[in-house]
Amino acid sequence: MKVRILVSFKDSVLDPQGQTVKNALHTLGYAAVKDVRQGKVFELELEGATKKEAEALVPEIARRVLANPIIEKFDWQIIKGR
Amino acid sequence: MKFGVVQFPGSNCDFDTFHVLRNVMKRETALLWHKDHDLQGVDCVVLPGGFSYGDYLRSGAIARFSPLMQEVKAFARAGGHVLGICNGFQILLELGLLPGAMIRNKNLKFLCQHVHIRIENEKTDFTRAGRKGQVLRIPIAHFDGNYYAAARVLKDIERHRQVVFRYCDAEGNITEEANVNGSLGNIAGIRNREGNVLGLMPHPERASEALLGSKDGRTIFASLILSLERRKPARRPVLRERARHD
Repeated sequence: MKVRILVSFKDSVLDPQGQTVKNALHTLGYAAVKDVRQGKVFELELEGATKKEAEALVPEIARRVLANPIIEKFDWQIIKGR
Repeated sequence: MKFGVVQFPGSNCDFDTFHVLRNVMKRETALLWHKDHDLQGVDCVVLPGGFSYGDYLRSGAIARFSPLMQEVKAFARAGGHVLGICNGFQILLELGLLPGAMIRNKNLKFLCQHVHIRIENEKTDFTRAGRKGQVLRIPIAHFDGNYYAAARVLKDIERHRQVVFRYCDAEGNITEEANVNGSLGNIAGIRNREGNVLGLMPHPERASEALLGSKDGRTIFASLILSLERRKPARRPVLRERARHD
């Protein structure tokens, strides 16, 4: 099974890189872009894990390692297998 | 007293720190390898600056899982003194020994320059050789030094006088211009509530000899020596016994 985890800054935390990207987009004339938040994507290949096991394992890994819960939040989904 | 400087793959201020502690401050100093489990009976652990594990994932995020850091965590929880400099500070935050987190500098630039920091709390084991309000000139060199903590945590830190250093101008004024990386509250260094763990972004080991332009960094090392050598020796054998036991 393959899962994809998206880690990004919490809404309450300033994202200086996202701000810079937004400013660049405005410079290029994309006035419709109201805000940009930058994040990281992780793809994990899990061996022999059931969907139920993945539902316990993935959030644990994300909280413990991939994201720093003080500043970041995460979201995840299964992208291959079941 | 004996200092221990931890080496991770990617540490690059380990020998500078070792040199200052041994040759300038004239104290016994050991180099501690991140894969070991032995703190070698040191009285103070120093986590040096650098880019442990290439700053992959987040600064300090991988180093905190190394075998030696589990010992450092237990050492700190038992009251042992730990000083984190720059990347060492980031590791202490990731490890949860200090509150808050670091995000990228507000101007998105790697900042390598001398800054001024003001001693906010001189009644700590890391600052007792200094004076309240004393301005130290010490260099910084970091990409992620923009200190962040949730409003509630920040209030707590301030209430317990855990902010030890703030970025200031040469006269000691806390200004927005002096806050080069955008840290909340101009925070340059904090301690834990118990007072035995300190992290700071500036590099005191790079400002400990007149030849290098400033000796202000010595204040921090001298304070530690003063604090630890004045202490009753009773608790040190306990720590050694603990390390040997592990």
